[in-house]
Amino acid sequence: MRFSTLQDLVLLCEREGVPIGRLMLGEQARETDEPEDRVFERMRGYYRVMKEAVRKGIEEAPVSRSGLTGGDARRVRDYLDAGASALGADAGKAMAYALAVSEVNASMGRIVATPTAGSCGVIPGVFVSAQERFGWSDDDMVYGLFCAGAIGYVIANNAFISGAEGGCQAEIGSAIAMAAGALTELRGGTPEQAVHAVGLALKNSLGLVCDPVAGLVEVPCIVRNGLGAVTALAASDMALAGVRSVIPSDEVIGAMLEIGSLMPEAYRETARGGLARTPTGRKIAQDIRLERRNS
Amino acid sequence: MRYRDVFSIIGPSMVGPSSSHTAGAVRLGLTARALFGGTPEEAEIALYGSFAATGRGHGTDLAIAAGILGFGPDDERIRDAFRHAEEAGVRLRFRTAHRPNVHPNTATIRLRGGGREIGVTGCSYGGGNIAITEVDRFEVKFSADYPTVLVFHEDRPSMIAEIAEILAASGVNIGYMEVDRTVRRGSALTVMELDQEPGAGAIGRIAGLDGVSRVCAVPPVGRAAGGTDA
Repeated sequence: MRFSTLQDLVLLCEREGVPIGRLMLGEQARETDEPEDRVFERMRGYYRVMKEAVRKGIEEAPVSRSGLTGGDARRVRDYLDAGASALGADAGKAMAYALAVSEVNASMGRIVATPTAGSCGVIPGVFVSAQERFGWSDDDMVYGLFCAGAIGYVIANNAFISGAEGGCQAEIGSAIAMAAGALTELRGGTPEQAVHAVGLALKNSLGLVCDPVAGLVEVPCIVRNGLGAVTALAASDMALAGVRSVIPSDEVIGAMLEIGSLMPEAYRETARGGLARTPTGRKIAQDIRLERRNS
Repeated sequence: MRYRDVFSIIGPSMVGPSSSHTAGAVRLGLTARALFGGTPEEAEIALYGSFAATGRGHGTDLAIAAGILGFGPDDERIRDAFRHAEEAGVRLRFRTAHRPNVHPNTATIRLRGGGREIGVTGCSYGGGNIAITEVDRFEVKFSADYPTVLVFHEDRPSMIAEIAEILAASGVNIGYMEVDRTVRRGSALTVMELDQEPGAGAIGRIAGLDGVSRVCAVPPVGRAAGGTDA
């Protein structure tokens, strides 16, 4: 790839007069020495998997393998249908869809890691709901995924995208930033505005720890995916309204790296701190262990 | 750059919930199956560390069973793998165990059937990446990301040269190679990661060498795309 920072990415797009998604498709084709249409088709296949996971999570309301979670996406959807939502229908839908995909993941259904399995709900939640609202084509959405991928590529190489390395900020935080930037571009924002959306979003999850109850990708992961989708919409609105990230987005990524590197191991996916260590968190872990021994 | 590819950020497509505890576990099962050479009658699986502690909630047991049956990491039959195993006549036995100094996500898979038996130990260290660390009594180290050939043979002079010569003659480049032996002049295992798929002809010629008891060709298993951790 010809860029390693978000600033490089913006300059490259401006110089070549292309949006981020279009540029990233070319970069990927060059990197793997494949024709662009084959690279595009592979990403289109991933978008199909995402849409199918949204449908499945809403319609089938799957229960997780541990039995701990499931059905929340359906609950939120039904509540939205009743018309009393404080969020409104569109943001509510993004939240319901993100929950749906994360619930499919917890039930051993098929998802796309975006950037990880633990954060697999945010991008499909934002993308599929926005496609329904704005009437975009699948091709538009696939370019949007390349845009999200370019942003994630910079974050992953300058910081991290796994909870074990950098806490939840690295997983959910990165997913929200990727979704916010891509949505901004899909709505007609400039590469510069898209990158401001990344910084605005990422700042809001700095310091978020990875503290999964019983070590499972369920509590709090699923709910954080749902709320993360809403945050991505908000950050995109801010950026399109002209709000700028005062701390440049590349420096926000640097701050995430510093914070994650200083984060105690108890808060990096070990299930030894935070919510996992609460009385209820420990009891759930113990019950799951007992159930295992007795079966 | 640790990540070089957009599909290591958006992707892979996989069955959840965890790339290390689920997708990587499928690949451990697939590798054991490839080493055994088909579907076994009996599989005995020992889970260590985090696989033992949270494996059930993550479906690690189902994932390993699915791999043994030949299902890939994004196959939606994974969640029903026990039923499919029963239908295929594969008896599965799982146990959790302690073992010092192993990676937290480690499993030992022992497959039996048709008079054959093989024991494979490996770990899943994130992003669907695996390392096979032991085959039968031999210490090994390979990733199953490349075409891999394992040759069980007598420890005798010129053995390695003869194997390498056959691969060279068929235009296959060896990227990585290691030899482990039980005792001098005893039995040995040579593991080679190759840049190209070896043909059936080359494998047959290696199997025909004097002192070779068995050859296993393991294709890159369950690797559609680069992975990320979860």
